[in-house]
Amino acid sequence: MVIKVFKNFIKSIFSKMFKSKEDIKLGFYGPPSVGKTSLANRICKDFTGEEIGKVSKIPHETRKVGFKEKVEIEYKGKKLMFKLVDTPGIATKIDYEDFLKYNMKKKDAKKRAKEATQGVIESIKWLDDMDAVVIVLDATENPYNQVNITIIGNLVARKIPVLIVANKTDLKKADIKKIESAFPEYEVIGLSAKYGENLEEFYESLFKLVK
Amino acid sequence: MKKRKRGKDLGRIKGFSIQFLPYSEIKDLDSDERIKKILSIVLGNNILILQGKLKADEEARLIGDTMAMIGHVANFKGIELAVITGNDEGNIYDKMKFGMANFLTGGNVNAITIIGPASIVKEMKRNPKKIELLLNG
Repeated sequence: MVIKVFKNFIKSIFSKMFKSKEDIKLGFYGPPSVGKTSLANRICKDFTGEEIGKVSKIPHETRKVGFKEKVEIEYKGKKLMFKLVDTPGIATKIDYEDFLKYNMKKKDAKKRAKEATQGVIESIKWLDDMDAVVIVLDATENPYNQVNITIIGNLVARKIPVLIVANKTDLKKADIKKIESAFPEYEVIGLSAKYGENLEEFYESLFKLVK
Repeated sequence: MKKRKRGKDLGRIKGFSIQFLPYSEIKDLDSDERIKKILSIVLGNNILILQGKLKADEEARLIGDTMAMIGHVANFKGIELAVITGNDEGNIYDKMKFGMANFLTGGNVNAITIIGPASIVKEMKRNPKKIELLLNG
């Protein structure tokens, strides 16, 4: 009996130790064309020297969930191991004709639209698997988009910690205060993933979030 | 009777209608049935004004199901969706009143959800106090 209790105790200690060494699954969520992949790339490049995915001016460039395992982020002497999960932008409508404006052939536009719809479904499915989520928003756009509210609502229901990033602060139209007033319960970090501006504040908030 | 093809009228602004659905109509439905009911209204070329709002996971499922239909239902490009809730502000009495109403009805009846097919509704501009619908010309 004593041996059994001792064995269980050792087992639980080991499983806890093992669990604490698991990578933190950090998801990047948001509408299309807000800079999710740009931010994930910036982080990956800073700590691994590699990128996670391709970026483009054409919406729905990321149509499959992208991963980067073993990304060790170091901030002020502390280190945490992450698995970065870059997700396709979530939208409520996708029209292949929108892609034609980018000089895309009809056949390619239709293919892109089909892949984009599947990407949205995949993003939603992945919500359950995240340990923490960075919601990336375009600081030049109206934040009162139902997609943003739906994503946050789902994360709250699943008790997943959320950090909001107001990206594209390098642009004149950027309005972080508007995002802050739309989501007063959350910390909003303004940054420019493209130019790597204000990443320090982002890492500080990220470490607080996953602590 | 000849069966009408689903999505046949989608995209025709001429002939679209606005349907109001009281919360009591979806109150006793499960998530599958709620989404099915909503999509059947939207696919009938209607803008739906729903009293109350869906649960967060139902909204996500609605988006997922919508995406799965694009390319499979003729002229269907997705939906525009907006929810406005009115009990964020107000005094304690108002909050209690809304809280009691929500308790009795089993849902947030102080919210309004608007859902329309993207072929008709170009954009729903939302701010904390109003929703503006821009229709395709």
